[in-house]
Formats: sequence, C-alpha cells, structure tokens
Amino acid sequence: MGIESTADNLGIGIASSDGIILANIVKVHVPKEGGIHPREAARHHSEYIGETISRALEQAKMKINEVDLIAFSQGPGLGPCLRTGATAARAISSYLKKPLIGVNHCVSHIEIGRLATKANDPLTLYVSGGNTLVSGYESGRYRIYGETLDIAIGNCLDTFARAAKLEYPGGPAIEQLALMGSKLISLPYAVKGMDMSFSGLLTAIINEYKNGKHSIADLCFSLQETGYAALGEVTERALAHTKKPELLLTGGVGANKRLRNIIKSIAEEHGAQPYYVPINYATDNGAMIAWTGILAYQNGLITPIEKSFVDPKWRLDEVEAKWRA
Amino acid sequence: MESLKLLAKGAEADIILDLNWNGRKAIIKRRCIKTYRHAKIDEEIRRLRTIHEAEIIHRVKEAGVPSPIIYQVNPNKAEIIMEYIEGTKIKDLIKNNSDEENIKIFKQIGVQAGRLHKANIIHGDLTTSNMIQSGEMIYFVDFGLGEISNEIEKKGVDLNLMKKMLTSTHYLKQDMLLEAFIDGYTQSTGTKAIEVLTRVEEISKRGRYIEKE
Repeated sequence: MGIESTADNLGIGIASSDGIILANIVKVHVPKEGGIHPREAARHHSEYIGETISRALEQAKMKINEVDLIAFSQGPGLGPCLRTGATAARAISSYLKKPLIGVNHCVSHIEIGRLATKANDPLTLYVSGGNTLVSGYESGRYRIYGETLDIAIGNCLDTFARAAKLEYPGGPAIEQLALMGSKLISLPYAVKGMDMSFSGLLTAIINEYKNGKHSIADLCFSLQETGYAALGEVTERALAHTKKPELLLTGGVGANKRLRNIIKSIAEEHGAQPYYVPINYATDNGAMIAWTGILAYQNGLITPIEKSFVDPKWRLDEVEAKWRA
Repeated sequence: MESLKLLAKGAEADIILDLNWNGRKAIIKRRCIKTYRHAKIDEEIRRLRTIHEAEIIHRVKEAGVPSPIIYQVNPNKAEIIMEYIEGTKIKDLIKNNSDEENIKIFKQIGVQAGRLHKANIIHGDLTTSNMIQSGEMIYFVDFGLGEISNEIEKKGVDLNLMKKMLTSTHYLKQDMLLEAFIDGYTQSTGTKAIEVLTRVEEISKRGRYIEKE
C-alpha cells in the first residue's frame, strides 16, 4: 500500500509485486480561495485518510491485514501534508507489524511512468504544480539534467489562472482558451543552459492581463507557447546530450495536448520513442508510491521508524535507485 | 556543395564543416528551425542568438580566452561562419587522461572562466562539450546562450551549470575536477571569487529542493 500526500492530492494505492495496480484512489483538496495552504491541505488529508484507505481496500477487494508493505511519500513536498501521510503510514506499519518504506515522490513519478507505459530507460520531463525537471537514469541514480531555478511551470499556469479569474483547475482552462488564441504576445523566455525560469514569465503575463490590451485567449496562447517552448528546448538539449532512446512525459501538466505535441516532435527529431503517462498515474497518486515501495523493498531497502521523518526538500538525485542497477 | 560535411547535429544548431569556404576550411553554425515551437518565437530566438553569439565571441578574445575567428555573420539565415578548430572536446578527453592532466586542464578552464567573468561575459552553457583542446590552447566555443552582465547571480548560475555538469556527467571525478576548476577561477578573479562561489552554493540549494550534505 502506498500513501501519497505531498501537496493537495491525498492518494492511496495498492500494487502487487508483479506490477498490477489493484487500487488507486485519489481525494483532492480544493482550496476555497488562493493556492494550496499547507496546513489546510494537511487537515483535509488527516480528515479523509481513513475513508480513502477503506475505499482503496474495497477497490482491491482486500482486508488491511493482507497488506504486506506500507510505503509513503517521504518527500519532497509540503511539510504538514507529508507529515500527515507519514504519521498514518507509521501507525499502520507498526499496527500490522509490516515493513515501512519511505519513497521519493519524484522517483515514484518516473517509476509508475515506466510501469504504465512500458518505457525502459527514458529521459523524463516531469512537469507539475510543484516540480519541473528533466531527468534520466545514469550510474545508480536518476540525474537531473535541467530544472526550474524558481517556480514550477504548473505553479506559473495556476497562479496566472487565479489572477485572470479562470475556473479551477487552471491548466485545462488555459489550454481550452489557448485553442482560440492566435496572436503571440512577446513574453520573457528564460533558458539558462539546461535550466529554466518561469517567475519572469508569470510577472509579465499578469501585467499583460492587467493592462487589458489583449484577449484572454491570446494571453493563454502566448503563455503556453512561451513556457512550453522553454520546456521543449531544455528537454531537447538533454535528449541530445544523453541520447536516451525514449522520452517520457509525466506530471499533471503532461496532460496538455500542446505540450504532448512538442514532446512528440522532439522525440521524432531525435529518433526516440515518446511516452505519455496516463493522467491517473501522471498526477499525484498512491499507486506510484506503492509500486516504488515494492521496487525498493525487493532491493533490500526499508525505512526504520527512527529514520522515517519526512524531508520536504528531498532531491530526486539523492536517491540510490538500486532496482535500476 | 561537396565541400560541406555535417559535423554535429546539436540540440540547437547544425555544425557544418565547409572544406572550401572561399578557399579555406570553415565552420558554419546554422541554428535550425524548431517546428515544435511557435514560428515567431523560433525566428526571434534564432536571429537574436546568432547576432549575440558573434558579438560575444569577439569580446571573449578581448578577455584573453581563445575562441574561433569569425569570418561572417548572416542573422536572417541564423548563420555564423567561423574558424575550424582542430582538436578534441574536453568531455571526450577526461576519461582517458591521467588525473594529473585532468587537473591541469580543469585549472586552465577555471582560469579562462574567471577571465570571462572578470570581463563580465557570461557563457550561458559552460559545459565540457563546449571546450576544445587544440595544441596547448583550450578554446571555448558555443556562446549561443552567452550574455554580458556584471551580476553575481548570472556568474553564479554559469558556474552552477559547470558544477552540475560535473555531477551528472563526470561524477566519478567531480570533486577533484571541481577543486582544480575553483583553483583556476580564483586565480583569475581574486577576491571576487568568494562572492561568486558563495552564490553558487546558494543557487544549487534553490529551486524547490535543497541539496543536503
């Protein structure tokens, strides 16, 4: 069983050791106003975690004492949210006397992506509300080839959507409006070597919205085109550098059709096979934590309770991915 | 047309060797059209980076760092025609070199990176793929993402990229190579080095997640 609670999604997933996902239930915390408030989200998670676990067991047609392993997202993420999931995981693990496994959230996005798409050794573009990074496996670890230097692309989209009073969630609303846009507004494009920056883009697009000279469709169109062009460039540079045979797109922003087209075009150009992680496994979910927990356990990695404290800043490239060796 | 030979297909540009460009060997760097991005963004990126790169390559020489001689610039075709440098990429040298040779090379790279920063030139893509050893000289190439700035931040981002490239590509020798690099960098920039190197530490801890001990 995997417990995911890094941000606004509370996810419980159940997987078998041969890679069958038996249950994947996600309960989303929707803020009344503004962005995610870590404490409010954590409160939501603790309120619903019991119920969500029950629903997952029901979906898997299992009883709690049939679970052999408890995995949880140990980081990175929002501290209060992580702690809620970790507390539940520790409690269940010690009650059932079953091993506890702390899983890196970013690693699990890649692993469930590999499982769901059958990609073997992909270069991954992982784009969500909290993360924007380009990563690939090399000598024992997932290396980070490029990442945002400030905010995530999803954060940029969400914040603009709120500023422009678009409906929640922001990404799909922007995507729909962008389809009707055609005029490209000049916006800051920031790629530094292999890294990206989106805070300047966000400030600029909000200013363009406020000055009222452009239609909302053109604003959304320009925001997508400029932001995704930067993602494309960094991904392409990393693909050219690593010469990976596969290109995997994951994270919530990976649902965007325009971004998928960009990835497809880049993959084709470099003779790589593109893969898109299905949306239920691309957004934060418990199945990815369960599956990565299994991989870790099969390679002798378990997390003793005294080392199960959460790490809100746990980097992807700190994890020894023994199962890939 | 037979004199043209595609040497490398980079992520951004084609590097073409022209064996007979007006009677001499030359490199044509042509920024490729990227159909995945909006044509207007694409055109603008390619045109501006072409002009920019040519300007910066000139400044690099003034700073005392070897870089190719520019023969001609065609912004609308996103082309720079420049000297062909015979040699080997540093990236490809490291594996077979002795530690001693590598330390010498990385110290020299550090010295040259320091010279660039002293002249307020930001490389923008400071990696071992963009350095060529030719005879006794190490040429810096590909200033496509370069810019002129005196900001500590930009110099820090520049060095952070070098550091990250060492971690992701030359991870087996990263500490040794980084030390030699910093040694050389400090030699060129003197007391300013501390400020930039402190910023590198800060930058590598930014983004969303901090790197731990």
